Amino acid sequence: MSGSSVMQGASLSEVSSAMAVNRRPWGKFKEWVIETLLLLAALSSVAITLAIMFILVKESWTFFQHVPIWDFLTDTEWTPLFDNPRYGIMPLISGTLVSSAVALCIAIPVGTAIAMYISEFAPFKMREAAKPILELLAAIPTVVYGYFAFLVVTPLLQKFFPELPGFNLLSAGLVMGIMIIPYVSSLSEDAMRAVPMHLREGSYAMGATRFQTAWKVVTPAAFSGLAASYILAISRAVGETMVVALAAGMQPNLTWNPLEPAATMTAYIVQVSQGDLPHGSIGYQSIFAVGLTLLLITLAFNILGYWLRKRYREVY
Amino acid sequence: MEPTAVAEIRRLIAKAKRWDLVFSLIGLLALSLAVMVLVGLFVNLLSQGAPRISWEFFSNFSSRRAGSAGIAAAWVGTLLVMLVTALTAVPLGVSAGVYLEEYAPKNWLTGLIEINISNLAGVPSVVYGLLGLGLFVYLLGLGQSIAAAGLTLALLILPIVIVATREAIRTIPRVIREGAYALGATKWQMVSHHIIPYSSAGILTGVIIGLARAIGETAPLITVGAAVAIFSYPSSPVKSEFPFLSFDWLHESFTVMPIQMFQWTSRPDPAFQVNAAAAGLVLIVLTLLMNGFAIWLRYRLRKNIKW
Repeated sequence: MSGSSVMQGASLSEVSSAMAVNRRPWGKFKEWVIETLLLLAALSSVAITLAIMFILVKESWTFFQHVPIWDFLTDTEWTPLFDNPRYGIMPLISGTLVSSAVALCIAIPVGTAIAMYISEFAPFKMREAAKPILELLAAIPTVVYGYFAFLVVTPLLQKFFPELPGFNLLSAGLVMGIMIIPYVSSLSEDAMRAVPMHLREGSYAMGATRFQTAWKVVTPAAFSGLAASYILAISRAVGETMVVALAAGMQPNLTWNPLEPAATMTAYIVQVSQGDLPHGSIGYQSIFAVGLTLLLITLAFNILGYWLRKRYREVY
Repeated sequence: MEPTAVAEIRRLIAKAKRWDLVFSLIGLLALSLAVMVLVGLFVNLLSQGAPRISWEFFSNFSSRRAGSAGIAAAWVGTLLVMLVTALTAVPLGVSAGVYLEEYAPKNWLTGLIEINISNLAGVPSVVYGLLGLGLFVYLLGLGQSIAAAGLTLALLILPIVIVATREAIRTIPRVIREGAYALGATKWQMVSHHIIPYSSAGILTGVIIGLARAIGETAPLITVGAAVAIFSYPSSPVKSEFPFLSFDWLHESFTVMPIQMFQWTSRPDPAFQVNAAAAGLVLIVLTLLMNGFAIWLRYRLRKNIKW
């Protein structure tokens, strides 16, 4: 009985090793082909980045042949579609900054409070219930938020500020802030969770309360992670499109007052794309120049956030 | 200890503990703000839009009269665009994720790819629209078509699919790989027989979340060039003669649900804004169902798999 099974085992291994020898050249080639294909798929992400840069720079290049870069950065009017066009990006940047600032005034305090509550205070069940709700909030399409800002929040605000125009940066910013809360809260919570337990235990052992521990121990320890989450929130707010396009209007307006209507960089891109501008016209190229500006701004924030996050990971 | 000192300490402790309560309330309030917005949004769309939801709303095309306008072109467009997006983003994203987790050596190239992916996730969606416009519409000559729109959204959700794939693969313990190698499997056999099947539910979660995001994306598709109004269905992808599949629809102009909603919202006539609410209701139910399913799937996975 045992002899026959040994015999069988030997013959099996002989057969399989013979097969392996036969198969190996083809098998090795196949493995190589698969690995190369997978590598190409991974490299596609690099290709996308390069393609974004190429397209934006190529179209902006012809734009900047017509418009001196100095005028682009300093002129105070943006009227590319008028008979007498002016190409100063300042009004679009001011609209973007004001709406983003309003959004951050909502998103940062509320997002941080939620993160601190979920990470340090909430009982387990509450935490399990809260996270999916925040995730759903992040999943709502931005155009729905835009509808909400334009047709619900603005009329509501007009009850308090009767002279508020139908398009305004305030309601766009407020709704955008709510939209960004989940991004802030989830990244901030990750940062707070990454603070090692022994720091909290040490604090409790010294007789500190929950709030003292959360505020004086966990928050400073998670600081760079929190900062990273805020910076990524800024970059979200700057790049957000549909809410501002619907609720803040599409009229470029150099202003720092959130009660006024103003176009953002993203709203301008949407406005031009909606019309039928011929390919290659200066108006067509202008959206790429604005897109390039937008990309560079968000890229700077993303790199800063990435760097901050890397740093806090290395601390412990 | 003197009784007064004890009383003093008690008072200090009570004062410190009061802050615990205050902050718990602040946290709950912040959380309930999020819940209230979610509920408020839903209730508002429901009360405004629900009366418009009918069979005709789904089968009618655009119209100048709000009462007879529908989302036929929009939902068919969304379906076809998502088909292109999924067929592009899933194979590409899963392959990239598998490469990065199972094959990639630790070198500068891998580091570059990783930084790139996290960076791509932070690029504003409207910039992807500009990429689609410059690359797919004009450079590759696809025109303002379903193909160009689907490919643009595929690039947009690629980082989501890659990250989800990597996270799903990372939960598979080392012993599985070692076991497969010990039985003489080649690397690809190990990956295709073990890694991909075991991570498929996790990958599915990421794919659903990515597609739900793509369904709601508006700005990049406006930039790529959605049609203002479409009055007929695109040509069918299935036909009766050989080879039974037709790809003409890829080159046809498109509109999708969020764009239809955007156009209706920006019309001054309140009757169209009711249509926008109805379209928004369909959209939000769709995305919430998809995300809810993904969350449920992930919860099940976490609970049931014990390696």
